[in-house]
Formats: sequence, structure tokens, C-alpha cells
Amino acid sequence: MAARGLGAVGGMSAAELRAEGLCFAAGGVAILHDVSFSIGPGAPSLIIGPNGAGKSVLLRLLHRLLAPGAGQVASTGAQAMLFQKPVLLRRSVAANIAHALSLAGIRDTGRIAEALEEVGLPHLAGRPARLLSGGEQQRVALARALALRPDILFLDEPTASLDPAATRAVEAIVTRAAARGVKVVMTTHDLHQARRLAGEILLLHRGRLIEQAPAATFFSQPQSAEARAFLRGDILE
Amino acid sequence: MNDLTSALQQGVSLILSGDAALWAIITLSLSVSLSATLIAACIGLPLGALLAVTRFPGRQWLLVAMNALMGLPPVVAGLVIYILLSRSGPLGSLGLLFTPGAMIIAQAVLITPILAALTRQVLEGLWEEYAEQLRSLGSGPWRAVGTLLRDGRFALLTVLLAGFGRASAEVGAVMVVGGNIEGFTRVMTTAIALETSKGDLPLALALGMVLMTIVLGVNAAAQWLREASARWAG
Repeated sequence: MAARGLGAVGGMSAAELRAEGLCFAAGGVAILHDVSFSIGPGAPSLIIGPNGAGKSVLLRLLHRLLAPGAGQVASTGAQAMLFQKPVLLRRSVAANIAHALSLAGIRDTGRIAEALEEVGLPHLAGRPARLLSGGEQQRVALARALALRPDILFLDEPTASLDPAATRAVEAIVTRAAARGVKVVMTTHDLHQARRLAGEILLLHRGRLIEQAPAATFFSQPQSAEARAFLRGDILE
Repeated sequence: MNDLTSALQQGVSLILSGDAALWAIITLSLSVSLSATLIAACIGLPLGALLAVTRFPGRQWLLVAMNALMGLPPVVAGLVIYILLSRSGPLGSLGLLFTPGAMIIAQAVLITPILAALTRQVLEGLWEEYAEQLRSLGSGPWRAVGTLLRDGRFALLTVLLAGFGRASAEVGAVMVVGGNIEGFTRVMTTAIALETSKGDLPLALALGMVLMTIVLGVNAAAQWLREASARWAG
């Protein structure tokens, strides 16, 4: 799935993503209801909302790790995804990246050093990946994703369990990737982080897309009552 | 009590003196059990890994059958293999009955379900952890099996050691298909059974001590591997 083009879709440019009428239920409980939007190239799109809004499920549907109950996803470009808790294989840092490249059929092992340089961890190439700190593990996972040179990078609350320093390190890498043209689609419930990173905001609440707007507009002139309440820090009912 | 002490002393001196008959039995036992473990590993490990990563109709029944086969009585397995390998059996032309080859087959048949079931158990946990990431990276089930077998290698070594321990301690099936022929198919367990029935306790005890040493060694190695894997790979 990652680093593989999903096939050109009519009328879509590189790194474009479209969801149409997405519905998803698990165990008889509806998690997403009729979610539709379109995301184009450019600055990061952040999907925000309280816990349980359906952000992670939406990201998995967009990355096709889950199949929607109804609706469809169309996208162009290669994809990679970073999870909240990094899942690294029981091998060295470099071998983790080599494994991902091998799965994608990429023989250019020069990308390993390049990706580790990108995340500032070239000195850890030979270390067992799972013995690193949480922040380092997330940066290794990010290096693995970036080594695939994705057009779209999905990030599911990648800093939720990191300390402020590690969070800033991950954010800096994400910002640089976005500046290089990688389309970042990221979930977070941290409004400060959304303000720092977002070019565009999608507010999700109770499985519905409440609002999609450029970040500046969303933070200065929220259109919906839910968005205003979320920005005030109120608990959304 | 004195008889037992004397038998133990004689057993120890048999081991230390390098008694040819004793060491021939030990060597054959090890080669039969190691060969059986190797064959069972070639079948059981990939099968267990595949069962860990795939979901298909009838999988539950296959798991039940596999778990049931873990408790297959060795003499019954030996009997079935005896029938298959006997001169009038479907595999009689191979001429394997009462040879070490038949004993390897018997032990492999007995431990393959054990290796497959334990492998599935070990790798299912790993798969739960890896599944989403591997699917995100575009890994299909076969590639995932390879990844799991590699990343679960330390745990799987302990599975292999458990299989080897089970094989080397087996007596019923190898007795039936091997015939316990002196100098040809006599292994430690069958020799212990025979020598005990004959009242030759020193040889039985010597073999018993070697067998226990092997079993203890295997378990110590398994324990060391578990600790080493945590240190090396996290």
C-alpha cells in the first residue's frame, strides 16, 4: 500500500485525496457518517477533533487499511503512514528501513542513510530499533516512511505519547517534508499543534465532518458552533 | 540403597570411560531427534506462521485438529507409521521399517503439530502488533510470514528446543517403528526401557543421566535465549 501509486483517478493531480460519502461501523456502532471532502497538494491538512471523533478510523480508511461500509476513497500518488505508537521490527534501525524499501521493491539502499540523516539519527543506524527511546523510535518510523518518498504521508497522532522536545523534533521533520512537497494528512487533538502545523483544518466530531477550512480562517472565523466550542476548549456534546 | 548408589557410580564411570556402546546409542539418539526436529521445523514453522496471519473458512477446525494432534499418543502414531511402512503397506517399498529413517519420520510426525501450534501461538501475538504496519508497507501474507519468522526467531528457537526435547524423550513410537535393534535403531529411551526390564541399572542410569543432562541443557538454552532476545532485540 505504501509507496505505491493507487492509480491515477480522473481529474486528480499528484497527491490529491478525495473521500465521498464515507461510512464506517464496528461492532454495530457507527463511527463515521457520510464523510466527504477533498484534499489537494500544499500545506499539511490536519484532522482535528476530540477523542472518539473517528479521526484514526478516517485516516485508516484513507490509507485503505480499513474498507468503508459505504462510500469511497480516491487518491493519487504513493502513500506512507505513521502510527501513534511506532511499530518497529525487532532488528536494527537501518534494517527496519531496508525492510520497508524491500517491500516496496526499492533497491536503492542509499535512501537508508538519507532518511536517517533527514530525521537526525544517522548515528543510530546499527542500533536495535526497539531499544531506542519513544521519541527516537517515532523518528525512525518517520525515516522509514520518508525513505519510501511518499506523495501523501498520513500521520495518526504521531506525537501523542512524546515529550515536548521529541514532539518538536517530529514536527520539524514533518514541516520539512511538507516544504519538499509531501502532502501531510495528520490527526491530532492538540489545538496548539494544529496551529503550528496546519495549512488546512478538518474538524471531525462524532463521526461527522463539521468543518473544513484554511487554518487561518478556521482559527479566526470558525463557522460552526462545534468549532467555536472546540476552540474555546469546551467539551463537545 | 547401596545397589542404587553402586548402579549410579557404575553409570557415571560408563559415561566417563567413553563406553563405545553407550556413545553409539547417544549419537544415534541425537541424530534421529535432530533430523526429526529439522524436518518438523520445515513444515511446522511456516504452517504455524501462515495460520497466525491468515483467516479463512475452516481455520478454526484446522486449529482444533492441530491442537488435538499435539496430544497424539506416540504408540498410536507409531502404529500408523508401522502400517504405512510395513512390507504390505503403501510405503513398504521404501524399506524404511526398523531403520533410523522410520524413527525420524515417527518423531517428526509427533512433533510437527507441536511446533506448528506453538509457532502459531508465538507469532499470533507478534502479528497483532505488526499487522497494521506491515499492511501499510504493502506486505502480503507470504512476506508477512517471512517477517514474522525472522522477528520471532528467538521465541521460535525456544519452540524448536521444546520440539527437540519432546522428540528426544519419546519412546513409544520409535520402539514400534525402530524395533530397538542393538547397534542399529537402539536409542536412549528404548535402551533405558530395555535395560531396566533386564535389570541392568548402570547402563539405564547412565543413559538416563545423559538424557536428563540434554533436557536440562535444552531448557537452560531456551531460558538464555529468551533473556538474550530481550537484551538484543527489545
